[in-house]
Amino acid sequence: MKIAVCVKAVPDTEAKIAIADGKKNIDFAGVRFVTSPYDEFAIEEALKLKEKLGGDTTVISMGGAECTDVLRDSLARGIDNAVHLNDADFAGLDTLSTAKVLASAIKDGGYEIVFMGQQGVGGDNSQVPSMLAELLGFAQATMAVKFECDGTTFKAEREIEGAHEFIEGSLPAVISAQKGLNEPRYPGIKGVMAARRKEIAVKDAAALGVKGQVGGANLKATIKEMALPPERPQGRKIEGDSDAQVSELVKLLRSEAHVL
Amino acid sequence: MSQGILVFVEQRGGQVRKASLEALSEAHRRAAAVGGDVSAVLIGSGVKGLAAQLGKFGAKKVLVVDNAALENYSTETFTQALTEAVKKVSPKYVFAACTSMAKDFIPRAAARLDAACVSDAMDFVTEGANLCPVRPMYSGKTFGTYSLSGDLSFITLRPNVFALSEAGGDAAVEDLSLEISAPKAKVVAVHAAEGNKVELSEAAIVVSGGRGIKGPENWPVLQGLCDALGAALGASRAVVDAGWIDHQFQVGQTGKTVSPQLYIACGISGAIQHLAGMSSSKVIVAINKDPEAPIFKHATYGIVGDVLEVVPKLTDAVRKLHEHN
Repeated sequence: MKIAVCVKAVPDTEAKIAIADGKKNIDFAGVRFVTSPYDEFAIEEALKLKEKLGGDTTVISMGGAECTDVLRDSLARGIDNAVHLNDADFAGLDTLSTAKVLASAIKDGGYEIVFMGQQGVGGDNSQVPSMLAELLGFAQATMAVKFECDGTTFKAEREIEGAHEFIEGSLPAVISAQKGLNEPRYPGIKGVMAARRKEIAVKDAAALGVKGQVGGANLKATIKEMALPPERPQGRKIEGDSDAQVSELVKLLRSEAHVL
Repeated sequence: MSQGILVFVEQRGGQVRKASLEALSEAHRRAAAVGGDVSAVLIGSGVKGLAAQLGKFGAKKVLVVDNAALENYSTETFTQALTEAVKKVSPKYVFAACTSMAKDFIPRAAARLDAACVSDAMDFVTEGANLCPVRPMYSGKTFGTYSLSGDLSFITLRPNVFALSEAGGDAAVEDLSLEISAPKAKVVAVHAAEGNKVELSEAAIVVSGGRGIKGPENWPVLQGLCDALGAALGASRAVVDAGWIDHQFQVGQTGKTVSPQLYIACGISGAIQHLAGMSSSKVIVAINKDPEAPIFKHATYGIVGDVLEVVPKLTDAVRKLHEHN
């Protein structure tokens, strides 16, 4: 079975975020890139599925130089092959163009299942898995917290508001991973050493057949301006013993904040 | 030329989601700038009776795709129904509440129609007849204002952010009958989760607990306050990772994002990834015994004290208040 995993290199979630000059993006100076946390669950699920059914796993990442370490991290965890989709045309893509690039890399590869995180942290769009499924004509289950597959059909469970949904479908499929799906393994030293020697295939827009079809004038959603959130007004600490604190708090919530 | 706004109105089990009515209200407010009418689309089985009430929230027309095959939500069937409705109405924008259903199928519908898609809008800037959605990025550490191009764009709106308003009138109800294609994957069952009676992401008040509650045996203390306030219970990542409570309760970067009127953080230090999930709350109350906890920098009102001492007293005070009213 051929299994693909799409991963995104994102700024470390603990990074302090500053806006770059021009206000179109964040300032990447000094920012460390990591595998988007939800993608770690996707990698783990791919490895588990290969352990169960056998096959071949390929990790795919679109972006610039920041992808290399992220792809090596996937290889170190046990993924077999890595593909880096890298082209100047791929900078600043919206979700639909991103899905088109990924689809171009997956569609003729004979993949039966594609795992990816339910959202890339940072952009926080949570759109690409569903778009990719549509472009590939695959079934989908997004934000999966449980997953089972026998090689031709799959079952997935997802959290919705106040309930769980149980999904059954047939392969090929795109599955997006929610926290709770599994406990990702960490790469061991042997894996890290082996990953260093592995080759990362690099494909550009021409090789993928998407030259002139993504980015630039094809973009449908672009960032006009990025800004920091408005500062919250200075709050206040309520003094006194707990009885006094509680009665003052209730009073403020009623008469000042009007939320009780 | 496409014009107007089509709002996908979500229902489950015959209940229209409040967040969808918020999206409809916002569409009504933006309609004058955009031009054209506001219409709504209801998708399900036996849902026609829900259509007429949408008029007062601003829908001039309600398209109803009523089909036994749409009884349960499934990605592909709802994608088909929505995209057919879009083709019929030719709106400039499609709005939907940003819920787990919308997150699942709205991007698929956008890809089918080769349209822009922007999730989780919290505001709009208008540029002539164009809407520029403003949305949080990097878990709310920044906000991006988007320019949209093309004749059609899909936008999902964060629940609890846009005001409900009943400024509309009567709606014309119209059937859209379709042959629903068999999906490759479908929802076979929906089981209610043991959890909040009020959905966390839509609750007006949220009470969240962290390490400061000392152990999972103390959740009833917070649940008591939730019951008194009609609030939903939330939790920090630390206590979810420690196994004190299920992930569905987690607020923050790898959990849910909430924007309630009132957020009460109990024994939560205020890690960046937690703040990401709740900093857009209108009023934040922090109760923590560490006066240096970062949460106090973000709190409207702070109480330095032991959660297990303060919360029961607060619960009593709220109960008394309700008895008096």
